[in-house]
Amino acid sequence: MFFIKLIIRNAFRHRLRTFLTIAGVAVAILAFGMLRTLVGLWYLGVERSSATRLVTRNAISLIFPLPISYKDRIRQVPGVKSVSYGNWFGGIYIDEKHFFANYAIEPKNYLDLYPEFILPPEQKEAFIHDRKGCIVGKKLADKYGWKIGSLISLRGTIVPGQWEFVLRGIYRGADRGTEERVMMFQWDYLNETMKKTMPRRADQVGYYMIGVTNPNLAAEVAQEVDRTFKNSLAETLTETERAFQMGFVSMTEAIMIAIQIVSYIVIVIIMVVAANTMAMTARERIPEYATLKTMGFGGMHIGVIVFGESVFITLIGGVLGVLFTFPAAQWIETELSQFFPFFSVSPATIYLDLITACGIGVVAAIFPTWRGATIRIADGLRRIG
Amino acid sequence: MTSDMENPTPPIVEISNLSKSYRRGSQIISVLEDITFAIAEGEFLALMGPSGSGKSTLLNLIAGIDKADRGSVRVGGVDITSLSEAELAGWRAANVGFIFQFYNLMPVLTAYENVELPLLLTNLSRKERRKHAELALKVVNLIDRMEHYPSQLSGGQQQRVAIARAIVTDPVILVADEPTGDLDRVSAEDVLQLMDRLVREFGKTIIMVTHDPRAAGKAHVVRHLEKGVLTA
Repeated sequence: MFFIKLIIRNAFRHRLRTFLTIAGVAVAILAFGMLRTLVGLWYLGVERSSATRLVTRNAISLIFPLPISYKDRIRQVPGVKSVSYGNWFGGIYIDEKHFFANYAIEPKNYLDLYPEFILPPEQKEAFIHDRKGCIVGKKLADKYGWKIGSLISLRGTIVPGQWEFVLRGIYRGADRGTEERVMMFQWDYLNETMKKTMPRRADQVGYYMIGVTNPNLAAEVAQEVDRTFKNSLAETLTETERAFQMGFVSMTEAIMIAIQIVSYIVIVIIMVVAANTMAMTARERIPEYATLKTMGFGGMHIGVIVFGESVFITLIGGVLGVLFTFPAAQWIETELSQFFPFFSVSPATIYLDLITACGIGVVAAIFPTWRGATIRIADGLRRIG
Repeated sequence: MTSDMENPTPPIVEISNLSKSYRRGSQIISVLEDITFAIAEGEFLALMGPSGSGKSTLLNLIAGIDKADRGSVRVGGVDITSLSEAELAGWRAANVGFIFQFYNLMPVLTAYENVELPLLLTNLSRKERRKHAELALKVVNLIDRMEHYPSQLSGGQQQRVAIARAIVTDPVILVADEPTGDLDRVSAEDVLQLMDRLVREFGKTIIMVTHDPRAAGKAHVVRHLEKGVLTA
């Protein structure tokens, strides 16, 4: 108890220096937490991918379509439970600044394959039975104030023209991590229009989503699907949803690695700053440590005092950094929603923040502790006056 | 003033053939050369000498905070030159009280907490520590200032707190390095009277390094060091 009191009082002897150090640690932990969250979220799509879903696309590239006729042949592959399909539509609402993802999908099986999209049954029925119907996520609906029955107009980019949709359903995510800023409409609506305006591109899909009966069979099913279409005009590449997502993520992996490195550099910098602060503190207090040693206090006691003060200061900074992380994440999620629709700080990041803050304190205290604990009493006392 | 030869009480400190030198670069500087003398229990000894004569070094050796090159220092029958660092720390905690020129109080602790500090190394309960610390503060007549921080006390009062801290564990010897060196005349006189009282009323043995002849005048025995050699 006495030592805790001594540590706390020592920590605030030079208030400005302590507050600046705490502020530095808080900002570093905030930056570290945000960068770690960003990296974590980047891989979230991969982590959350279903083990029972496969994605089949054109083997050449995702931008090349597949015939709709593949659907029935895929359905016949052993281990396939259900098949659906979709196209990236890329429509623009108002202007490019209001970007959100929008797909043309086969509604019934697609929604069955995505149980994480929770849609009231009556809204699902309404969507399935309305050719011009669409559904959107809750966040997207909230953002634009859309209600059931609202008319939504998109400007087609891949398929030119002005497209009108009637909002038939608003889905919620099964959890916070589920994307709620997506719009989906009927693939048939797209295809019918294509038949009229550009028949050569009709009856083609961007990708197939396959539900498998057993996740353990996913690799075999994927191989069998690709074998089915081998040497056809449109060979397929089937992979698990996780591998499919990973393909996107790996394109930006270098950026993610750079962000991770920056997050560690931030910590190293603050570690050096904190170590400098503690070294200055210890240098000033060498006579006090020497005095304590004359009374019989040992290196262990000095270590407790120095380590305690260092960890106390950095932990305050760490806790403040963590506390600031939540409003900062909320701000990013609100203000930069088109880039970060979901920016939630995980408990693991919080624990990592606090452990890192303690680690900074411990590392910063090593040299001052060694110095305080090993100094000869006579030398320490000589510094007074 | 009397010499130790005339003192009938048995020695509490026995110093035999004590030598100490420091290395400065390639040079070896001898600080103490073959010092031999004894200090009787309950004696108030003043060590005098010019700067660099080795008096503080001798005090440090007696207090067990420095190591001799040769010779021995026996305090209360214990040869402290043969003790390890850890043993010395424990020995100091139990047997030596320190009084410094600049008081060396912890600025973040109150007078009471400063006095309590050495007792943390004992097995005393919190209540017992409080009793001891308050008693020590009463002896130095600062019980009414026990909740004050060093910065709220005058130099003389700070030194009295330091003396309370030095005596709170009831040590065998008190070592004082220029205890009046940073004080005005009145405060210095107060501190010296207090030290004198510790010797007379409480039977403490005090070894004091000083430049001040008035301070030395309070001592029972005055020894002079000149270039590391006892001259008187």
